[in-house]
Amino acid sequence: MKTVASYEQRLTMPQAGKRRRPPKDLGWGLLFASPVLLGYTLFVVIPILATLYLSFTSYNVGSSAQWIGFDNYTRLFNGDDPFFYPAVKATVYYVGVSVPLGIILSFFAAILLNQKIAGRAIFRGIFYLPVIIPIAASSMVWLWLLQPDFGIVNYALDSIGLPESRWLGDTTSVIPTLILFSCWTLGNTIVIFLAGLQGIPGHLYEAIEIDGGNALHKLLYVTIPMSSPIIFFNTVIAFINGFQTFVQPAVMTQGGPNNASLMYVLFLFNEGFKFSRMGSASAISILLFAVIALFTAVIFIFSRSFVYYEGGNAK
Amino acid sequence: MNMQSVMKKTVVYALLIAGSVFCLFPIYWMLRTSLITMGDLYQMPPKLLPNTFMWENFTTALEAYPFGRFFWNSTVITGSAIVGVLFSSSVCAYSFSRIEWPGRDKIFGFILTGLMIPFFVVMIPQFVFWKTLHLTDTFVPLIAPAWFGGGVFNIFLLRQFFLGIPRDLDEAAKVDGAGHFRIYWQIIIPIAKQAMIVVGLLTFLANWNDYLGPLAFITSEENYTLMQGLTLFQGSYSAQWHLMMAATAVIVIPSLVIFLIAQRHFIEGIAMTGVKG
Repeated sequence: MKTVASYEQRLTMPQAGKRRRPPKDLGWGLLFASPVLLGYTLFVVIPILATLYLSFTSYNVGSSAQWIGFDNYTRLFNGDDPFFYPAVKATVYYVGVSVPLGIILSFFAAILLNQKIAGRAIFRGIFYLPVIIPIAASSMVWLWLLQPDFGIVNYALDSIGLPESRWLGDTTSVIPTLILFSCWTLGNTIVIFLAGLQGIPGHLYEAIEIDGGNALHKLLYVTIPMSSPIIFFNTVIAFINGFQTFVQPAVMTQGGPNNASLMYVLFLFNEGFKFSRMGSASAISILLFAVIALFTAVIFIFSRSFVYYEGGNAK
Repeated sequence: MNMQSVMKKTVVYALLIAGSVFCLFPIYWMLRTSLITMGDLYQMPPKLLPNTFMWENFTTALEAYPFGRFFWNSTVITGSAIVGVLFSSSVCAYSFSRIEWPGRDKIFGFILTGLMIPFFVVMIPQFVFWKTLHLTDTFVPLIAPAWFGGGVFNIFLLRQFFLGIPRDLDEAAKVDGAGHFRIYWQIIIPIAKQAMIVVGLLTFLANWNDYLGPLAFITSEENYTLMQGLTLFQGSYSAQWHLMMAATAVIVIPSLVIFLIAQRHFIEGIAMTGVKG
């Protein structure tokens, strides 16, 4: 008599003979993947090609695109566009400081949040909280905190005898202020570091203890080397995100004063949507794309030499 | 407990409390300012709590502009995007994890490059595309991408999760005569509920908090989202910080409430995947 195996039995039943090769379901596969296949073609692949094409044209919506070769690019590099070099300068300054600073701060925050102490879950929630606040909203709040005449921060500085600052209102302090603000939203980076720290085997720390090492030795010889893939990963992501910092300058400074905080993507947005120079804006975005692609590639190549991967499968 | 570990605990707590003050103070100051009078704005030294709680700041702020309308617009956009993303990213993730088809992994690898492509690089042609279809200044440009794959990142996240579900479940269902639709809907989705919640929450944040998308595609005030409403408000009430903070608080509160309810999912979700900026 043939009995029908129950569901559970079938799950645990040993496979008779060799595993049957799964059938190739091209039709079903394409059908289920069709949203992203269409969407990726329509909203990513074609637009990138279109951006590349438009970057060689003079174009604004409504008129037809005129082929002008490399003019958009030479105009940018020759400094004929008064905003290009200020935008590059502001962005490099901002990214160059905020990324390393953010990585160091969030790494140490993650180490603190990984200690076995009471109230740890609450602290984790608090450190993550700023991330969920819309950046447009938190930009407003920080504008008020840093308001030069009536803001609480200047009041606090003044009352403990420290000099006040014009914060976002001065060409020299505007980028440092945006960097300070960037330190407020490190929650994602912290959480990713935390996940990495939790994966470090405890016996490595015990080994250091047996050898008489202290907390610094643990940090230098276990925590940092074992976290290097995640440090690397977070750094790449932070650079890529940093280059695209838009909302903060758009809401808080509109790029001012005197273009000191004109971030690259704000410049790009203005060129396309404020001045309707879509061709030139396309050239600006192609340069951004190239920088991000180059950055990702360079860091990936160099990472081989200093990043420790468990199992050594990076070779 | 020895002296050294007491010292260490004290230092850890001191640093964590300092960090917490840094994280929480701006939020507290927003709420505090939203409840004071105009006169108290310039009071020195500033009071930590309002002299009188001016709840009418909220009504004044909300009546200054059609915030009800903006709230509704943001809700429609975010709601439609969440449904779209949950559906389309899970269907695609199913294809890339549970269906065997030639070229599947190569195509997925190609699509993954989308993770590093900035929206700024595709923004202009997208705008031209929607303009040609006469769909700028509608919600369509903001919602449509959600229904077409719903973001490479979400597909990646769900695919990782689906790959962890035992294959035997599919095989068993196939023996029972189930097709891909039934396996997707009755087996995979119920098991992946946790991952779906994470995707839903991230989609909520991405759309509710989105500033750039509406700025690029929405032009008339009646279609503004809350974020655009806020900058509108900033233009005319720039010195009236108590009203500014009341309007800001209204925008922040939905995100805060959702975070408090689903905090665990957020943090696990980010850690689970490790990506997302």
